[in-house]
Amino acid sequence: MPRRDDLSSILVIGSGPIVIGQACEFDYSGTQACRVLTQEGYRVILANSNPATIMTDPATADATYVEPLDVDVLTAIIERERPDAILPTLGGQTALNLTMELARRGVPEALGVEIIGARPEAIETAEDRDKFKQAMTEIGLIVPRSGFAHSLEEAVVIAREIGFPIMVRPSYILGGQGTGIAPDEQAFLRLAAEGLVASPVGEILVERSIAGWKEYELEVMRDSADNCVVICSIENLDPMGVHTGDSITVAPAQTLSDVEYQEMRDDSFACLRRVGVETGGSNVQFAVNPWTGERIVIEMNPRVSRSSALASKATGFPIAKIAARLAVGYRLDEITNDITMATPASFEPTIDYVVTKVPRWAFEKLPGAEPHLGTRMQSVGEVMAIGRTFPESLQKAMRSLEQGRTGLVDRDEESLAAGFSDSELLIACDQATPDRLFLVAAALRRGLGVEAVHQATLIDRWFLSQIEIITDAAEEFVALGADGLTRDTLRQAKRLGFSDAQLAEMFGVAETEVFAAREAAGVTVTYKTVDTCAAEFEAFTPYHFGTYEEEDEIRPSGRPRVIILGSGPNRIGQGIEFDYCCVHASMTLRAAGFETIMINCNPETVSTDYDTSDRLYFEPLTGEDVRAIIAAEQRASEGDGELLGVIVSLGGQTPLKLAHEIDPGLILGTSPASIDLAEDRKRFNDLLAARGMAQPPGGTATTFDGAKKIAADIGYPVLVRPSYVLGGRAMEIVYDEPNLTRAMTTLLGDDDHEGALAREGGVTEDRPILIDRFLEEAIEVDVDAVRDASGEVLIGGVMEHVEEAGVHSGDSACALPPQTLGDDIVLTLERWAAELADALDVVGLLNVQFAVKDGEAYVIEANPRASRTVPFVAKATGVPLAAVAARVMTGSTLAQLRDEGMVPRDRVRPTHVSVKEAVLPFSRFPGVDTILGPEMRSTGEVMGVDRTFGLAFAKSQMAAGSRLPSTGAVFLSLADRDKGAGAEVARAFVELGFALMATMGTAGYLRDNGIPVEKLVAKVGDEALAADAVELIASGDVQLVINTPRGHGPRADGAHIRAACIEHAIPCLTTLAAARAAAQGIGDWASHPLEVITLQELHAAQATA
Amino acid sequence: MTKRTTAHLALSDGTTFEGEAAGALLEGGVATGEAVFNTALSGYQEVITDPSYAGQVVAFTYPHIGNYGVTDLDDESRGVFLSGVIVRDLPPLHSSWRAQGGLEDLLIAQGVGAITGIDTRRLTRHLRNAGALPCALGTGPREDIIEAAQHAASTDGQALAMDVSTPTAYQVGSGALRVVALDLGIKSTILAHLARFATVEVVPATTTADEILSLDPDGIFLSNGPGDPGALDAVARTVADLVGTRPLLGICLGHQVLASALGGATFKLPFGHHGSNHPVKNLATGQIEITAQNHNYAVVEGSILGATVTHVNLNDGIIEGIAVESAGAFSVQHHPEAGPGPHDASYLFDTFAQAMATTSKAGR
Ligand SMILES: Nc1ncnc2c1ncn2[C@@H]1O[C@H](COP(=O)(O)OP(=O)(O)O)[C@@H](O)[C@H]1O
Ligand SMILES: Nc1ncnc2c1ncn2[C@@H]1O[C@H](COP(=O)(O)OP(=O)(O)O)[C@@H](O)[C@H]1O
Ligand SMILES: [Mg+2]
Ligand SMILES: [Mg+2]
Repeated sequence: MPRRDDLSSILVIGSGPIVIGQACEFDYSGTQACRVLTQEGYRVILANSNPATIMTDPATADATYVEPLDVDVLTAIIERERPDAILPTLGGQTALNLTMELARRGVPEALGVEIIGARPEAIETAEDRDKFKQAMTEIGLIVPRSGFAHSLEEAVVIAREIGFPIMVRPSYILGGQGTGIAPDEQAFLRLAAEGLVASPVGEILVERSIAGWKEYELEVMRDSADNCVVICSIENLDPMGVHTGDSITVAPAQTLSDVEYQEMRDDSFACLRRVGVETGGSNVQFAVNPWTGERIVIEMNPRVSRSSALASKATGFPIAKIAARLAVGYRLDEITNDITMATPASFEPTIDYVVTKVPRWAFEKLPGAEPHLGTRMQSVGEVMAIGRTFPESLQKAMRSLEQGRTGLVDRDEESLAAGFSDSELLIACDQATPDRLFLVAAALRRGLGVEAVHQATLIDRWFLSQIEIITDAAEEFVALGADGLTRDTLRQAKRLGFSDAQLAEMFGVAETEVFAAREAAGVTVTYKTVDTCAAEFEAFTPYHFGTYEEEDEIRPSGRPRVIILGSGPNRIGQGIEFDYCCVHASMTLRAAGFETIMINCNPETVSTDYDTSDRLYFEPLTGEDVRAIIAAEQRASEGDGELLGVIVSLGGQTPLKLAHEIDPGLILGTSPASIDLAEDRKRFNDLLAARGMAQPPGGTATTFDGAKKIAADIGYPVLVRPSYVLGGRAMEIVYDEPNLTRAMTTLLGDDDHEGALAREGGVTEDRPILIDRFLEEAIEVDVDAVRDASGEVLIGGVMEHVEEAGVHSGDSACALPPQTLGDDIVLTLERWAAELADALDVVGLLNVQFAVKDGEAYVIEANPRASRTVPFVAKATGVPLAAVAARVMTGSTLAQLRDEGMVPRDRVRPTHVSVKEAVLPFSRFPGVDTILGPEMRSTGEVMGVDRTFGLAFAKSQMAAGSRLPSTGAVFLSLADRDKGAGAEVARAFVELGFALMATMGTAGYLRDNGIPVEKLVAKVGDEALAADAVELIASGDVQLVINTPRGHGPRADGAHIRAACIEHAIPCLTTLAAARAAAQGIGDWASHPLEVITLQELHAAQATA
Repeated sequence: MTKRTTAHLALSDGTTFEGEAAGALLEGGVATGEAVFNTALSGYQEVITDPSYAGQVVAFTYPHIGNYGVTDLDDESRGVFLSGVIVRDLPPLHSSWRAQGGLEDLLIAQGVGAITGIDTRRLTRHLRNAGALPCALGTGPREDIIEAAQHAASTDGQALAMDVSTPTAYQVGSGALRVVALDLGIKSTILAHLARFATVEVVPATTTADEILSLDPDGIFLSNGPGDPGALDAVARTVADLVGTRPLLGICLGHQVLASALGGATFKLPFGHHGSNHPVKNLATGQIEITAQNHNYAVVEGSILGATVTHVNLNDGIIEGIAVESAGAFSVQHHPEAGPGPHDASYLFDTFAQAMATTSKAGR
């Protein structure tokens, strides 16, 4: 059956903010789907609250609603747009859950909207574990013994019957939240209680644990004519018990015989058919008993997923793109495979390389969280590497992680294991942690043997033996020393994925010597093509990976080419917003006639979609790998073809760091010299001073004494942090000398432990510690600007933060346009930004962060690169800053772009207020205090747009998942210094009809000021009574909590209040600024009907305003 | 890890590849045959023990071959008939609860020369463009190996089926129906499928039509096998006499022989189909079947008047199945028995069983 002509408009639901378990893989899938549906001639309506995505680019859909993903809001959108269909299978769990909720409310029926892709019944059968297990048993598939419980009592009965260890998992949850394995009854009770809360429907599954079995995933597709194909098989290196999202996974499956694989294939089709996924992609997870081969179905996701994105990148088969086509009626055999352009999509990709995915965690940013991996996902990002063999792909993945590692085995892995005896080492290997694989490698390198390590970890012997090949080689290389610089050894090493840096370390020579020796011996990288068919057919898609073979497949090019360096694995502080910038650059430069070349190693992203750029190199972002690609591209030039240069300023800190590793002459836009100038404290200070721009007093130190002296001079509180780290890593506000001592010790390290920065290269003269006066209660402001070579500067946007300076810019909400700042100060900030752009001779983007205290402006920092806020500014104003920057860096002037219409003739006049709010991962890390500080911890962001700041803020909170209440009780517990201002806020809430509750001190103060407080709660910090506050929150009698940490020093107290809020999902505001905004929002919300607006409408209105 | 001796692979057109000796490839030894590539990700043992590869040297496009070892359960025949194996990597250790031994042990035991460490993707791209070529692999001087490759034989015009066919008849299974299987290089998986419902009498390729009919079968099966169908005139004549007498099913070479028997022509594909992911459309139902394939020759479009085309390959339009309704004879180019490969087309055996059931009931 061909395209469905009975449909004309389709609503696509996105996945919202980036959170753990649901990251930019859904931007990749969603963007593909929207593009395909638009190409097919449908009117595409998109709902997604995440401004940092390509998906929410006004060009991606016809009507783009950057609105909260909430049933009421969606209903409003549906009523306004009257789409013919809803496509729920491309926005992750979020879109599925919302669609189910809509269906429950009967919205689709009432408004005559068809749900395509997966019907509610199918979603229900897949998502409701009870129904799922029944369905599987029905078709003769095996599922782990289990029972459902809605109370602790029920749970215990079932557990005793099944016997321990027991796996607990709440129904309808994301990323394994609230799940875990309990070895005994005591642990079980805790887990079960937690799980009952975590589940939106208060239900948990109590299940036999099969931890230690082999874990597999099959990515499967089905069309309306019931044709089924497997796109990719994935084998987890980490056995069952570690969430697939936290497991090292490998494609294709390595240790399944064809007999076993084909049975698994049959089962996955049976599962798909029984669940009733009519069309699209699904993911079926299996566990296989390593001793008997018994096969158990774990779960199936009736939608595209993290794994389907990985499978698409691993095979070159665009699952989401095809899924969208199938959803509108096409059959697999009616779609051609765009890589071969000859064969149909109704085949099964086969590959001739090995793909390895390795997750990246952020435990170092979450003190209080145990770095233990289990059945709940905790990683914030991942890298993928392609090699001809597993060892090669594994080592490439390790150096792609950007954690200072040169490969699987290096100094780092040795030092990790150094302290352990052999038996201790094996025990350490048994516990899954972010470092586990390095310990495994250390154990094998010590010669403990595959068998012993297998017994300890249950990691399949095949993987261990492959890792042993690497460790044996490493030993051999160390023994050889400089004698290893021969053709045979170098060839063997490179084919095992060793990096030059790694070899330099082992041979005891300089990296440059290794490189020179390789060149001389002709051991050079060759680039192969990802083609879905193992070379059986000619491939037309230049999607490449590097390996050490005999033939290179890079095609010559006669066109001007630009390399764009991507941003590598997502991590806290560097996420999807930088991918957005790189993708924009690629799209714009292609449109402008350049050939674009993308280098990145993050499988979740749009930038690693093979049709985003003219060429894609799926390679690690290291000096060696990038230089090799530059050389290859220079070789590929023919005729007028030329490699113009490399863009390093759009992918965050990752490519910026690489600026020093490549020919400066090739760097497009702002020169490396200027980049250094902005990062070099001393010279930057002088630059500001010379232009009369104020800056918080401060200095740099490399020793404790140096730091102490500076602090004494400028006076406490001071802000201590290393230079050259993004996201405020290891940054601290210090109120006195004892704390300064502590802070410095963590950074510099001491006799018993290494410094927090050891992995980033430690503290040195050119990487010193920065010590600044901490400006208390200052307003923070972000300014994004673009400067062209002619010196003209375009101010993209000025954003006033809601939270005061001291809360990392990435974690605080901000408003565009500014809400409380006077025009004069805004003008000053804009003027300063422009002057800085000149002074740094910026060509491209510049982000300046200011603090405004008592009407005085201070420069906090200037980054001559794309900032986190660029996509937000673009969505709020309609000016595509990243695209503008890309053009400017490749020679255009702003004047020319104005003529092209890319840059508006005159300044955009906002008709609405846009608020960006950060989304924090605390609900996943119970032990971690939710207080915001100068170290960034958010994983994603949302945007709220509306007529007033209050409305926009309320929307942003709703979008961030903490819907503000309209009535009920507010519980306040304020720090003394906040009480004055707190009183006004409290009064505002009373006027809004809220009842107040407060802790003793706060209550006293409010009453003295004539503000009624209905309930007194025991003083926080008073452990004996503190339970009261927590109980109150648990009781559900409180709808909103305002808790500002009291006093100075470690902001610990009140932590249990905040923890309780997380546990019971009660909105909790930790700054007065946010509380004030909330009051405003609730007020405006009450007096206005809910309105939704598309970006297209917004931009049109503002352009003509 | 023990170091292997350097070896080279040479194609008859002089192209050479660097690798290391493996399997039974001894110092100074050389193995020759027609180089073909197989794109299946798993099932190496079934491929290596499939008689249809006689006279060929098989290159696996998937780099790691041997990961899960080998087991008698996966043997497709009584031995190994191919001439050599080319891989990118032979893992030092295999891992599977099913394994009885390692792949390299099997190669050595069966005297199969192999070469590892090869840039098999470069080789595949070369064969894709040049077509299947005679090749040689060995540890000697590169020139000698090129020399050997130039003298190596292709499968053109070779009746290899006669060499691999069973010398004496034997019986498999004890099903109610009675099937005579003409062995042109039959795979165990096929016998297993037939044995589900039949007692199978496996007879040599030289068996005549009368001898076959004298066994009074309910149905006749024409097996897969190696080599050039054009060189099997005798067998084709036998089959011509059998068509119409009993329900008849042919697979792969059996399909080509049936076509010849019906007056059709066959031709050699540039590099053939060898893999587990080929989309085939069943023209009767419109369904797509992902199939296992292993053939270098195919039936010429429109060369058979009496038969209808039932299946086509969606990649290149090659005829994948034909049927002569009136005569109850049908055949497919792909491998419904899998081993290795997907099970999508296994229904064909049931179709065969039904055809036999009805006629045997109706008939005698
Ligand atoms: N019965 C079980 N015993 C042990 N581990 C399990 C069991 N079921 C699931 N797991 C582990 O928990 C992880 C998450 O379970 P899954 O059902 O996939 O939930 P999610 O929806 O979070 O992906 C799996 O990847 C697997 O490693
Ligand atoms: N002198 C200061 N006074 C008050 N807050 C500051 C000061 N310097 C930095 N901050 C806070 O710390 C956060 C992180 O500092 P910043 O220099 O932006 O580091 P990063 O490079 O991680 O963005 C800022 O967003 C701001 O809130
Ligand atoms: Mg899962
Ligand atoms: Mg900053």
